[in-house]
Amino acid sequence: MLVSEREQLRANIEQRIKDYGNNRSALIPVLQEVQLKYGHVSEYVMQVVADILHIHPVEVYGVVSFYSFIGHKQKGRFVIRLCRTLSCDMQGKDRLARQLENDLGIRFGETTPDGNFTLEWANCLGMCDQGPALLVNERIYTQVTPETVHDILEECRTLFGVYALQEKETQCALPTPAK
Amino acid sequence: MRTTDTSKMTFSKVAPGEGLKKALTMSPEEIIGLITESRLKGRGGAGFPTDLKWTLAAAVNDDLKYVVCNADEGEPGTFKDRVILTEFADLMFDGMTIGARAIGACKGIVYLRGEYTYLRSFLKNKLAERRKDGLLGKNVLGHEGFDFDIEIRMGAGAYICGEETALIESLEGQRGEPRNRPPFPVNTGFMGHPTIVNNVETFTWVPCIVTKGAKWFNDIGTERSTGLKLFSVSGDCGRHGVFEFPMGITIQELLEKVDGTGAKAVQAGGASGRCVPACDFGRTIAFEDVPTGGSIIVIGPDRDMLQVAGNFMEFFLDESCGQCTPCREGNAKLLEGIELLKAGRCSMKYLRELCKLGETMQLASKCGLGQSSPNAFLSIVTKFKDEIMGRTENVTSNA
Repeated sequence: MLVSEREQLRANIEQRIKDYGNNRSALIPVLQEVQLKYGHVSEYVMQVVADILHIHPVEVYGVVSFYSFIGHKQKGRFVIRLCRTLSCDMQGKDRLARQLENDLGIRFGETTPDGNFTLEWANCLGMCDQGPALLVNERIYTQVTPETVHDILEECRTLFGVYALQEKETQCALPTPAK
Repeated sequence: MRTTDTSKMTFSKVAPGEGLKKALTMSPEEIIGLITESRLKGRGGAGFPTDLKWTLAAAVNDDLKYVVCNADEGEPGTFKDRVILTEFADLMFDGMTIGARAIGACKGIVYLRGEYTYLRSFLKNKLAERRKDGLLGKNVLGHEGFDFDIEIRMGAGAYICGEETALIESLEGQRGEPRNRPPFPVNTGFMGHPTIVNNVETFTWVPCIVTKGAKWFNDIGTERSTGLKLFSVSGDCGRHGVFEFPMGITIQELLEKVDGTGAKAVQAGGASGRCVPACDFGRTIAFEDVPTGGSIIVIGPDRDMLQVAGNFMEFFLDESCGQCTPCREGNAKLLEGIELLKAGRCSMKYLRELCKLGETMQLASKCGLGQSSPNAFLSIVTKFKDEIMGRTENVTSNA
């Protein structure tokens, strides 16, 4: 990151923390904004936030590593979270999981090499009456079938104009897991 | 399949704002008195008397008090709060405002779970409208000296933050780890100030009780569990969705209403609740019998009970905050036990050890998560012994 970019980022964070009242309770909302914008919370951001709030960077790291929607690891532009809890499980989430892996060419917990999609599990999305459900960033999809997985991914690709970069769709279906 | 019909619910028969207007003509003591008379208990599942919480917070002398609405609905199988927030948000905000009046708070916070981020802008607009209508802000509805405003804070994907002290920790910018109690949030809550944390549904019932009267509410239900309750029904039944039933309904009656008769078991109260086998369907859903925060998952005759138990244990292993040993280590051990059972490699002696471990977790864990996480395991292991013991490896499971 360029020095000027870093300064800009620091100034932005300072401003946002001020907006939230300059105390520790600003921490999570600010981290959420960083996460949304950059797809992860970098060590630099943790240091800056810690400086401004007069706490140890480890305290910030503790928070970043605790919450599943905030993280140190770079995530894709679209984070797909498939609900794995009982009601969705009973409504066929396993087949959906397999189809997502096939269509994206990655396993759960991974990000596509082009940095567009991250695939994760979620614990109960509160859509048990309309399962199986998945969350793409903030958007919820219900009663998803293996067939509609493709449409959802396609929708993402066109949404942000990355379609042009994605002409060749990932062809590689994953081999059956060794287990 | 999806049959949530909100038009028949009590919430749609109570006009938003009506309860609030009436409550503002009453003194704080009268409001709490009314809630006491109604015997309203926390709708999140724990069933703590709402009036007691409010009385304790009202008794503390502090200029700054908080009303927190727990919209961190993370219990597997629960989605009633989602429906309330989308259809009856005004009624819920009315409830929070009445709560603020009762305890003398000037600030309200809705802690909305990260998974419901798509509801945030909708709720923000609702709040803006309320400010415009004078239902929030300085001198609410022209009542001199009653200032109250509500802000929305987002959760970040942690089930444990539904526990009230963990929720407060999270609001303060900490890891969502539950606190030791006492002190209780009612005197040392958010930022060290008195705070009441109530469930979305609890707040929504408040304006209904104010409008229709405490007697209307406590005439319904049982002696110790009064009133109506929203149930989130999913699983192997004909009708999924949110239903309003009186407390004290038997599980059999409930199943008949949602076309779920013939079920093998019902998981009441989500992952932290209990699994009720068919022979116990005569039991009632009430705080004194089978308690639930509203989650009802119907388990059909073809399901593998180990699959059910395993799913819940995976959930708890993932969501345990790791702060105290019984919960952090215990959940991992119980899940291992389920894997052994699935493979048919668990001795009776070891299973008994696991049950003892579960009981230890119930006693020794710091918060409700660890205390209730072995519930599903223990109830399934004790009630479905025939099904889970001595499996041969290629036993047919559902799928």
